[in-house]
Amino acid sequence: MSLTLAAQDAAPQQTWLEKLGPGHIILAVALVLYPLVASDFFLTQIGGYSLIFGMLALSLMMLAGYGGMVSLAQITVAGIAAYAIAILGNNNSNVLGFGWPWWLAAPFAVLAAAVASALIGWISVRTEGIYTIMITLAIATATYYFAQQNYAIFNGHSGYAGIHAPSFWGVNWRDPKAFYYLCLGFAVLSYAAILYGARSTFGLTLQAIRDNPRRMRALGYDVTAHKVFAWFLAGIIAGLAGVLLVWFNGRVSPGTIGVDVAIDVLIIAVIGGLQHPIGPFLGALVVVLMQTFAIDIVGAERFNTLIGLVFLVIVFVSPDGILGLWGRIKPYLAQESLRSGP
Amino acid sequence: MTESFAADRLQSSGAYALELDGVARHFGALVALSGINMRIAAGERRAVLGSNGAGKTTLFNAVTGDFLPTAGRIRFFGEDITDLPPHERIRRGLRRTYQISQLFKGLSVLDSIFLACRGVSRRRFSLLRPKATDVNRVQAESILNAVHLETWRDALVATLSHGQQRQLEIALALAGAPRFILFDEPAAGLSPTERRDLVAILNGLPKHIGYVIIEHDLDVALRVSEYVSMMHNGRLFKEGTPQEIEADPEVQEIYLGGKHG
Repeated sequence: MSLTLAAQDAAPQQTWLEKLGPGHIILAVALVLYPLVASDFFLTQIGGYSLIFGMLALSLMMLAGYGGMVSLAQITVAGIAAYAIAILGNNNSNVLGFGWPWWLAAPFAVLAAAVASALIGWISVRTEGIYTIMITLAIATATYYFAQQNYAIFNGHSGYAGIHAPSFWGVNWRDPKAFYYLCLGFAVLSYAAILYGARSTFGLTLQAIRDNPRRMRALGYDVTAHKVFAWFLAGIIAGLAGVLLVWFNGRVSPGTIGVDVAIDVLIIAVIGGLQHPIGPFLGALVVVLMQTFAIDIVGAERFNTLIGLVFLVIVFVSPDGILGLWGRIKPYLAQESLRSGP
Repeated sequence: MTESFAADRLQSSGAYALELDGVARHFGALVALSGINMRIAAGERRAVLGSNGAGKTTLFNAVTGDFLPTAGRIRFFGEDITDLPPHERIRRGLRRTYQISQLFKGLSVLDSIFLACRGVSRRRFSLLRPKATDVNRVQAESILNAVHLETWRDALVATLSHGQQRQLEIALALAGAPRFILFDEPAAGLSPTERRDLVAILNGLPKHIGYVIIEHDLDVALRVSEYVSMMHNGRLFKEGTPQEIEADPEVQEIYLGGKHG
């Protein structure tokens, strides 16, 4: 997406391309051309899935990296959007299903997720550090069990099935290529929004609150309101990921929002690194690849052990995740090229 | 003489900047502040002296709302602000600096000052990047120059020296048309040159901006204030002009003893 924008603007002015930088351009070309070489399995199970979980971890990275608030409830927020799609649109579980068209159901689902996220934020901003983690874990766990036991809204442990991705412009958006580009589009949009927003007025206030909430109050800021708004914004990204997830799976059940998934999102964010919005996507790719292929390498009984080991090694070698590793290698590479240069 | 100063001010402005009636603060059994009655005219410059633990910073925290007082009322330009949250007090024109710098280590110097300007302005929640022509950005640039930090404009706050951090601490309090400022030991840890700069900055403030300054360095405190309040064990125990306070035998005994003994 960003590539086509850049290409159109390239002729009259160079600034767009220059602003993007070579890293972004190479990445954009690779991601746009990926369907030419990838099988359907690699397009959806690896590509689409990594982008969706990258967005989930991105919403956590925004809260944790910029706002200093570590949340374990991001999959819960995404789950609310997923359930909303099933309830507002169509499903074949014979429970609810208002039959709204996708263009009405999807925005409402994202809005519901964002409002729920703001509510979770409002509850948890009274706490700090490890207590925020605990209270969001409690909310994630409670929502999981509530969804499992409530039949009127959540249809209990079986949840909802038979949910279809939309078809328009003559495209079925659940087709592997189309779905991959759909995920890529929203992932790029979320990534660009975070990259831009970090330097916006609100982005600066959020980082300042992370560094020193007391001083922000003494500068005239309602710190609680700013934190809750951050949760609302993070909820939009998590909600989008939830909509994509339910369109991809065609179903949503308590297992979608389980505590194990909540922890996966945290692991993705930590493995990727919280210093830059690209981190969550790197982390998602690594974790999704491991979860897919660890079984082939060490067998079904040991694959979680392998994932755990890789996690330990990355965190042990670099507390800032993959991004931190790159940060350490980069100056070394620069020195090498200086030495080998003329 | 001191009475007449306050009275003059009252007649011209018609209001006190700050009025404290019976303000007290208890931490459990510890009485940090007790029965503080204080009237400070608009535009007045007041020093608060006292040994460590006398309750000076606790007094500031009560006025800004960092910690609420356990008893008493506080009025700011006639309005009762005792129950207002800190940010509402700031938006009414109150400012403060901290004894230990309270800064944003991950932000640049300019962004920090910009946030201070934006905090008492509109569009605090804007999702857009501020343009170079943004009114708060322009204000921030001029404050940057006023506190001589222009060389460090884009530096991360964490990379500043102690003295520069103290200057930024003051810059944040000067943002956005302050009416009254509380300075908590602004000279702490500054070199003699930096102290001279500080005195120049304080004396150069527009006349309508009053302040209270907590300062251990009498060379600074007595040169930037018109009136002095002495605190001891959480109480106000003496007030007077800088000359009267310096000459007072009881004050010398408690606080200045070492210096003049």
